[in-house]
Amino acid sequence: MAFEQGEGSMQRNPVGKLGETGLYMLQDMGRMGLYLLLALKGLFRRPFRFAEFMRQMHFIGAGSMVVIFCTAASTGMVLGLQGYYSLHKFGAEGMLGSAVSLTLIMELGPVLTAIMVAGRAGSAMCAELGIMRISEQIDALECMAVDPFRYLISPKFLAALVSIPLLTALFDVVGIAGGYVAGVHLMGVNPGSYLEGMRTSVTNHDINLGVIKSFVFALLVVWICTGRGYFIYQIRGAGFGAQSVSRVTTQAVVFSSISVLIFDYLLTAVLL
Amino acid sequence: MSEFAIEFRDVTKSFAKKDGGRQMILDHVNFSIPVGKTTVIAGGSGQGKSVTLKLILGLMPVDSGQILVGGEDVTGLRGRSLEQLRTHFGVLFQGSALFDSLSVYENVALPLRERTSKSDGEIREQVMAILTQLELTGHEEKFPAQLSGGMRKRVGLARALQLKPEIMLFDEPTTGLDPVMTQDIYRLFARTQEQVGYTAVIVSHDIPKVFNLADQVIVLNNGKTDVFASPEALQWSREPHIREFVESTMGEIYQSHLVEQ
Repeated sequence: MAFEQGEGSMQRNPVGKLGETGLYMLQDMGRMGLYLLLALKGLFRRPFRFAEFMRQMHFIGAGSMVVIFCTAASTGMVLGLQGYYSLHKFGAEGMLGSAVSLTLIMELGPVLTAIMVAGRAGSAMCAELGIMRISEQIDALECMAVDPFRYLISPKFLAALVSIPLLTALFDVVGIAGGYVAGVHLMGVNPGSYLEGMRTSVTNHDINLGVIKSFVFALLVVWICTGRGYFIYQIRGAGFGAQSVSRVTTQAVVFSSISVLIFDYLLTAVLL
Repeated sequence: MSEFAIEFRDVTKSFAKKDGGRQMILDHVNFSIPVGKTTVIAGGSGQGKSVTLKLILGLMPVDSGQILVGGEDVTGLRGRSLEQLRTHFGVLFQGSALFDSLSVYENVALPLRERTSKSDGEIREQVMAILTQLELTGHEEKFPAQLSGGMRKRVGLARALQLKPEIMLFDEPTTGLDPVMTQDIYRLFARTQEQVGYTAVIVSHDIPKVFNLADQVIVLNNGKTDVFASPEALQWSREPHIREFVESTMGEIYQSHLVEQ
């Protein structure tokens, strides 16, 4: 498919500039919407690149495990300490397990996992595609009549949609264990009440909410990060060459992180 | 079957400028590229040479006009039809556009893996044959970053020739190469064209270096084209802007002949 290169015209007066910005945003949204459709369509085009999918699973999933483990452990332990401090004021330390697990499963697990993956793997995917675009590698694929969505983008989408929910589950488990260590071993909360509080308060609905969030955030991260790299020439103010790659990569991480936070609120408001 | 591989009919292409206007790249351009011949598209920087190639390949849309490939109108093709059109082409990009995470072997094998149902054995046989032909044996496990500019061009050529294209497009094929390497690359073009029989379209700002190869020369200048049936016709043209273009390259023609000698 053809995407025209070049920036739009810069109007000099403020109203013109505003209009031009509005038009650019509309164009950008249209481009990104079309991109999402083509990437999802690419998942069903044959032959499916299983080896590339596994490589991306390894990169996004296995490669992010250490980062997720460290973030989850520290978040869980901080939650354990903060939760104990707050609950102790009301003599409700027994609710610590419930507070830590619900916070992690419904909120912090999906959000922090998505943001960490955006920073680690999303930035790399964006830079990779940006460099492939400016060095004409994507044009070369198109000229060989190879669909770049099936070949390059869709395996990344599928790998993100599988690995980010799994990383979220890892985050939840490690975080809850961190909360247990801080609450039970350091602050002296009864281990039985920590586990029982968690067991009785966490419902299937809470887990489903966390799972839905993790899928939506995975889609947002992979869509925005790969899309910004793919459209590196069309992004206003990105510049050219190596500088454009660095700017667009930063933009991709910022946009995807903000989108995760906005969608977190929307999903919580709709599904809770 | 049309006698022309590619035809431009009244094609216009422009880009938006920062001041709100449009920069005209091709202004109602008409030309035809005959089958089996070598056509050089020449012109200074920013005259739309690479844009012309991108329009042919459907990587950019035209503003107006028609582009015909093999007599069929391909303007505005999308999706599978566009993919089908591209199977007729081989492209050697200015920077070679090799996949930097793949080895030389994997780069050259990619079109065969993606576009044919050949077995691994058949692919290996075909890849090794073309690597031998282009003097690249012993380099198949190297990555593009480990190759010289000339070798990268040869790998790009090997990859482009894998599916036996009817039309080969060369975008500034010798940019950044020394004169000896340039002659070497053009010798390879001539040899592979003789073997495969493709129509060659060479985009170059560097007319002297492709002087001996060209059957037809198209000069792009301020959105307009001048078509010359031979390089000699270009050389003896009395049009002032063509004279200026030719004279600016005469020194290089002389140097190019010295290298050949």
